[in-house]
Amino acid sequence: MNRPFGLLAELTYRCPLSCAYCSNPVTLAEYGDELTTAEWCRVFEQAQELGVLQLHLSGGEPLLRRDVVELAATARELGMYSNLVTSALGLDRRRAERLRAAGLDHVQVSVQADEQEMSDRIAGTRSFDRKIEACRLVKELGWPLTLNVVLHRQNIHRVGDLLALAEELDADRIELANTQYYGWAWRNRDALLPSRAQLAEAEPVVSAARARLAGRMEVVYVLPDYYSRYPKPCMGGWAERQLTVAPNGDVLPCPAAQSLPLPRASVREDPLERIWTSSPLFESYRGTDWMPDPCRGCDRREIDFGGCRCQAFQLTGDAGRTDPVCHLSPDHHLVDEAVRVANGEPVELELVPRPHRAGAS
Amino acid sequence: MDGGEVVEDVRRPRLAPHVRLRFDAVRGRHVLLSPETVAVLNATSADILLLCDGRTVAEIVAELRARYDHVEEADVREFLRQMAERRCVEVR
Repeated sequence: MNRPFGLLAELTYRCPLSCAYCSNPVTLAEYGDELTTAEWCRVFEQAQELGVLQLHLSGGEPLLRRDVVELAATARELGMYSNLVTSALGLDRRRAERLRAAGLDHVQVSVQADEQEMSDRIAGTRSFDRKIEACRLVKELGWPLTLNVVLHRQNIHRVGDLLALAEELDADRIELANTQYYGWAWRNRDALLPSRAQLAEAEPVVSAARARLAGRMEVVYVLPDYYSRYPKPCMGGWAERQLTVAPNGDVLPCPAAQSLPLPRASVREDPLERIWTSSPLFESYRGTDWMPDPCRGCDRREIDFGGCRCQAFQLTGDAGRTDPVCHLSPDHHLVDEAVRVANGEPVELELVPRPHRAGAS
Repeated sequence: MDGGEVVEDVRRPRLAPHVRLRFDAVRGRHVLLSPETVAVLNATSADILLLCDGRTVAEIVAELRARYDHVEEADVREFLRQMAERRCVEVR
């Protein structure tokens, strides 16, 4: 059995932004009982013993946890490479300097667009100017900076400007990732899925920038899988390379897996190693034995691993089916239908913002 | 340096400040850690990177030749060029 390389530690689902593309679960109320500092430190230790080398401190907004500096220091003591995945709200100079001293390795800042008005509108709060300030601070303190932008129907036409912004900020990486339709994004899918024409316009802009910036800035561009012929190799295979721990201690093979009808696994009840090696949640779709046709006999079964289990469940109600994104899937019409709508007559759809926390709006 | 440049003998490759090279006891291999990425290294790659401590390329090749029978200088250069292109190594 493989050992995991990466742990996504979702420290909290509370967030000062209310982006409609958020992939956090819609059942935020179930995650209010967050792990304590001591519990997270124990999780990191167990993860390190299991083989984890990369730690992603994420959320929600991880900076809303008062103990984030202490958690970064623990990661450093364990030899993990630590990444802070943040909206940058709360990354003031004092906090940033303490995180730097604690040994945090890399900061990934989200922006919602390349200019203030659009970015603030999508984020649901005034945030753009503070984000840009935080990006400059990240570079000033000597961290590598990743600019992360979730792309969708309302901002994908700005890719050129986003790349220019990343260059101006001297970012080391930019991730231009089309929305993945889980959680709140699933609820807003039809308002977010770009049209074929939008994608055709973005592609050459990204390709040209990638060529021009080679060796200076890494450009990661993720297409919406609804438009691809084959599914994405989700998580590098179910329970093969990564694991996620949710704010309440639930352990997941993929951050969207809390929806699957399998017994939950929690660090509050079991050690991480036992969950990784033998819990039904991790065992059910590991390897290729679970695969139905057409995956079972497909040459690509060890390339894309049947795609995403959570997407299969979301679209068909059965996590054990081929990802409907695959053109060979018997359920592919479900994806075709969404793509047809995205390419039909434009309809103005309201985005449903995610609340900042459970019970709030 | 630009990733396309030739890695000349007199250049001094060093690990980029944002990467970490360490031995992973769990896997028994050296690993190179950088933002969002883990590379599990084979013994040769680890040896080359461990020698990126301020020596010149020529000195790295000489040291590898002292340890191994067959060391192709072109292979070492090519590996360093790729590492520079991925911004894991800086060549000054």
